[in-house]
Amino acid sequence: MISFSQLKKNLKKDFSNLKSIKVALLGDTSTQFLSEAIRGTGYNYGFDFQILEADFNQIERQVFDQTSELYEYKPEVVIIFQSSHKLLLKYNKLSPSEYKNLAKNQLELIENINVTISTNLNAKIIYYNYSEINDAVFGNYANKTESSFLFQLRKLNYDLMLFASNNSNFYLCDISSIQNQVGKSNFFMSSVYVSTEMVLSIDVLPNISAITVDLIASIYGKFKKCLILDLDNTLWGGVIGDDGIENIQLGSLGIGKAFTEFQYWIKKLKNRGIILCVCSKNTESIAKEPFEKHPDMVLRLDDIAVFMANWENKADNIRQIQSILNIGFDSMVFLDDNPFERNIVKENILDITVPELPEDPAEYLEFLYTQNLFETVSFSNEDAERTKLYQVEAKRVVLQKAFTNEDDFLKSLNMFSVVEPFNKFNIPRIAQLSQRSNQFNLRTVRYTESDIESISISDKYFTFAFTLEDKFGDNGLICSVILKKENENSVFIDTWFMSCRVLKRGMENFVLNQIVKTARENGFKTIIGEYIPTVKNVIVQDHYLNLGFSAKKNYWILDTNDVKEKTNFIKIKK
Amino acid sequence: MEQTEVLKQINDIFIDILDIDNLVITTETTANDIDEWDSLTHIQIVVAMEKKFKIRFTTAEIQGWKNVGEMVNTIIAKNK
Repeated sequence: MISFSQLKKNLKKDFSNLKSIKVALLGDTSTQFLSEAIRGTGYNYGFDFQILEADFNQIERQVFDQTSELYEYKPEVVIIFQSSHKLLLKYNKLSPSEYKNLAKNQLELIENINVTISTNLNAKIIYYNYSEINDAVFGNYANKTESSFLFQLRKLNYDLMLFASNNSNFYLCDISSIQNQVGKSNFFMSSVYVSTEMVLSIDVLPNISAITVDLIASIYGKFKKCLILDLDNTLWGGVIGDDGIENIQLGSLGIGKAFTEFQYWIKKLKNRGIILCVCSKNTESIAKEPFEKHPDMVLRLDDIAVFMANWENKADNIRQIQSILNIGFDSMVFLDDNPFERNIVKENILDITVPELPEDPAEYLEFLYTQNLFETVSFSNEDAERTKLYQVEAKRVVLQKAFTNEDDFLKSLNMFSVVEPFNKFNIPRIAQLSQRSNQFNLRTVRYTESDIESISISDKYFTFAFTLEDKFGDNGLICSVILKKENENSVFIDTWFMSCRVLKRGMENFVLNQIVKTARENGFKTIIGEYIPTVKNVIVQDHYLNLGFSAKKNYWILDTNDVKEKTNFIKIKK
Repeated sequence: MEQTEVLKQINDIFIDILDIDNLVITTETTANDIDEWDSLTHIQIVVAMEKKFKIRFTTAEIQGWKNVGEMVNTIIAKNK
């Protein structure tokens, strides 16, 4: 890890092009070095933190006095560091009968701080949890004694987690985990504390500032979305092409346990919404074999969004992955055991994160635990779902690359569409799309749910709702058309919008066929279309021209008698 | 270890931490002679010296030195 004196040297660099964020740092111990470490770390992450550092031990005055510098400064982020040492001092001064209320009283104070700041500022609050101090007054019995300091401290940490999970603006920064990682003798130095009132050692400052800035970066939308994995000696021991499926090390073979546990970790990341990709120098069919057949593989092919196994250079392959997923390189992590490959990728793709994995695969996991690569400020079931969407899109793109002929690709998708008039089940979604569709929207007339309802029961209209599914998944309702009866002979396309997710699948042709069919069946000779330009719907300016309509004044006309069935590969699903 | 040898090594530490390229310290140098040498950078220097010489100072030592020479003497004594 970078040293504190290196971080301090960053302070003299040019911050002028970096994103500026106003931060307040409130501590009950001396925080001057911490403040420098956070600003210095911010430089490396691309942030210019403007830090208001209150004189130490002023947390309560700053928060509860509405005329304080804190409220005058109007920070966007407030970091609060109440140390375990000061908590212990508080405990020491209590009467023994009050010991057991320490956690409860401290949490009340924190809740008050939180609500007061949230009422007066539009700021995110980052609260450092409590690093453990065992005062050894009860020995192991502290764990059975509610009034012991250790019991109260751990209870407070637990209650803080409950509190944070119910308060979206309040984030915990887990410095207790850092102490766990580096050991208390490295985290805290008595001589430094006694001389300066600082409770963090010089050596641990970079760790603390790193997880703090990780958290702030995540709040501001900078976080990792994708993990790209090498295979040989990264996901399993040995070389699949040389050793064969029976001899790669996984499970109980050789050091296979290390790789199996490593894969479980990766699987957990996938389950929480990280997109997994493979980038390996291998023959594809051989590289896929363990995923399909090896009993001790934790990861399977359906866990991998994009599988790139070939003999091209890895930087190019990762660029391909990027173009498929359409996410920034700065949200990608690449893991490879080979320093040569890591360097090629690092040199060619500047923003990607490439951890320097230890030489011994047994150490991969412990090393990666210390890197905090996958910071996030949200988690919901939708995250895992969103991954599935990326995966489906990736599979389509990969398939498309395998076909030189567009039609062959479309045929292979096995597309089906459900075509229905508006009904009570699809009306909410149609109304939503009507409000949201900007690009593929011919007239951009917005309808609310009640508008759509009255159109659906009126005899002046024909209404269509289209879904599209293919062999990779169901896109749901993606297109809608409203035909208005103009007179005995003609219908007007009042509305035609479509989700851009399904562009270039032949959906336009399919929809037109349905429109023509309905018009003919009901004895209409002419279909009239109109394109109303907006800033965003340029992609459909030639829509009617491409479909064979002819221009007439500001409208587009199609004669239902001389129009042929338009080619497409979508079947109607009954 | 020789006094001059120790002095030379801690001079490098002072240069690195105080960020003054041409700084030359002597056994007579005190915190009053160098603006950048305050109570906080003092702690950084102490920790760097502990690492360099693989020793640990007591809190009383850290707070008690009157000049660089006394620091050097403590280091030599601890390295015996």
